[in-house]
Amino acid sequence: MKTRLALWGVAVLALLALPPLMLALEQPFYIDLVRRIMILAIAAVSLNLILGYGGLVSFGHAAYIGIGAYAVGILGFYGVANGWAHLAVAIGASALAALAIGAVSIRTSGIYFIMITLAFTQMLYYLGISLAEFGGDDGMRLKTRSQLGFVDLSDPVAFYYLALAVMLAAVVLTHRIVNSRFGMVLRATRSNEARSRAVGFSPYPYRLVAFVIAGAMCGLAGALYANHTNYITPGLMDWKESGDLMFMVILGGMGSTAGPVLGAFALLLTEELLKFLLELVSKDWVEYWRILMGPLLVLSVIFFRRGLAGIFAKPDA
Amino acid sequence: MTFGLVFEQLLNGLQFGVTLFLMAAGLTLVVGIMNFINLAHGSLYMVGAYLALAAARWTGSYLAGVGLGLAGTLLVGMLVEVVALRTLYQRDHLDQVLATFGLILFFNELVAILWGRAALFASPPSWLSGHIDLFTGSRYPAYRAAIIFIGLITALILWYVVTRTRLGMLIRAGAANRTMVAALGVNIRLLYTLVFGFGAALAGLAGLMAGPIYNVQPGMGELILIQVFVVIVIGGIGSVRGALVGAVIVGIVDTLGRAFLKPLMATVISAPAAESAGPALASMLIYLLMAAVLAFRPQGLFPARG
Repeated sequence: MKTRLALWGVAVLALLALPPLMLALEQPFYIDLVRRIMILAIAAVSLNLILGYGGLVSFGHAAYIGIGAYAVGILGFYGVANGWAHLAVAIGASALAALAIGAVSIRTSGIYFIMITLAFTQMLYYLGISLAEFGGDDGMRLKTRSQLGFVDLSDPVAFYYLALAVMLAAVVLTHRIVNSRFGMVLRATRSNEARSRAVGFSPYPYRLVAFVIAGAMCGLAGALYANHTNYITPGLMDWKESGDLMFMVILGGMGSTAGPVLGAFALLLTEELLKFLLELVSKDWVEYWRILMGPLLVLSVIFFRRGLAGIFAKPDA
Repeated sequence: MTFGLVFEQLLNGLQFGVTLFLMAAGLTLVVGIMNFINLAHGSLYMVGAYLALAAARWTGSYLAGVGLGLAGTLLVGMLVEVVALRTLYQRDHLDQVLATFGLILFFNELVAILWGRAALFASPPSWLSGHIDLFTGSRYPAYRAAIIFIGLITALILWYVVTRTRLGMLIRAGAANRTMVAALGVNIRLLYTLVFGFGAALAGLAGLMAGPIYNVQPGMGELILIQVFVVIVIGGIGSVRGALVGAVIVGIVDTLGRAFLKPLMATVISAPAAESAGPALASMLIYLLMAAVLAFRPQGLFPARG
């Protein structure tokens, strides 16, 4: 436990030191890359709350990234630049959407749950496409970034540190939730639904509340993501994005609250690495990086059953 | 909005419905019998469309394209099952989702490398390119009519195989109790590979027939896959009858919604509002339908027994 904490400490220090280092090396690209990874890591951490601890295999988590991003884009479109309003609406709207989607889908389980969460996200994706005022299929540039006052989001380095802070806060918050009484009930319903019913806990309300918390947290990530790309598009809600988020959670190992952060870095850095390697062979091949990524992901599922963290961890007791 | 127009859109809905059914029938068997969730089913639809198109161009004959497309998809399906998916039957659904998600990335990219990312145009054969007369003043494309015919025939054959033959009996027995069937001396692994292969061929059939109507392009499988999920959820997992009813309902609701929701709404609310709200609502219609069905019957309309 102590060595793990120490490792995470080193990782945080490295993340803190990255921007000045990259500026000195004149490689600002990596600041952008790591910022994007950290924002998506927030979404993955939120997904882990329901997937890892609640056992709810949601295949539609990208919906809340989309809702958070569209909240920023649409408010800005109508001239509201106040960042706190952006964040409040992003979180509120995501929570409401999660409440509606969760209320229907959590009544089901297993394969039904996977398909239904996917279908609802697809519905929101098509809604995004049909919103012609906000760019429809092509998406739209933000009229204005969120004005937060204490930090300027158009400054890459300041935004980087904000993303880092929010990511760490998300990990800590999830950790507290998981270890609270609520979190214990949630984990109990996952490991044995019949027994948790027998001792008097109906799983439904606990799962639904966790689903809403996860949606809200992911909405915040979406709001940050819109500011990061300065662009909103229905593509944010594409089912592949949901799949990526699931992979981050799985690669990191579902056993710890910080695992998804590790998974986000692993997945997205692998993507960059594959593109880099293909570029060495030929410039024309870079766009086909997924043909290597796909089989890699299949192999990782078949062989790394407990994620990257599982390689180091002791076998199951 | 004449009766002829409504009737034509109803037929279009039915045609979309049988395409969905061919996909859903294979998938619902795999999901229901093997308890395996296969996202790559959409990739097989795409593979069928591409193989048929390529074979038709190579041989110059549409029917040869259909034959090679079907056989190719069957082979690809069985190969994928043996190489990658067989080890995943005992895993949880999460692992199955993730592994088949990886397969989709692979297939989409493979197709893009072989045939490019741009949409390809597939044309129906000349002997199906005309129209048939329905009744006075109303004609329907012969190709779409042929799709409806083939789809319904396939449904009939499928019903016969599943309920009236020894193979169908083994399939149903495998769904009820895999271990018991294996203990009785049936090679259940081979049976699963066969079911998977025929499910793949059905998806390939849907894909190659849809080719001349929709675009043939990488990623075409996922759009329809998610609609097929809606069909299966509405119909009930594991039920071929549910898949048929669900597919026809979804096909007709979706098609009629896209065709008539906007003009219908324009009679109630202002025309500009209907202009933007109509298409939005039409594209969400089948998902709302799914939510409504689930609210009343969480197991779908025709839950499979056992």
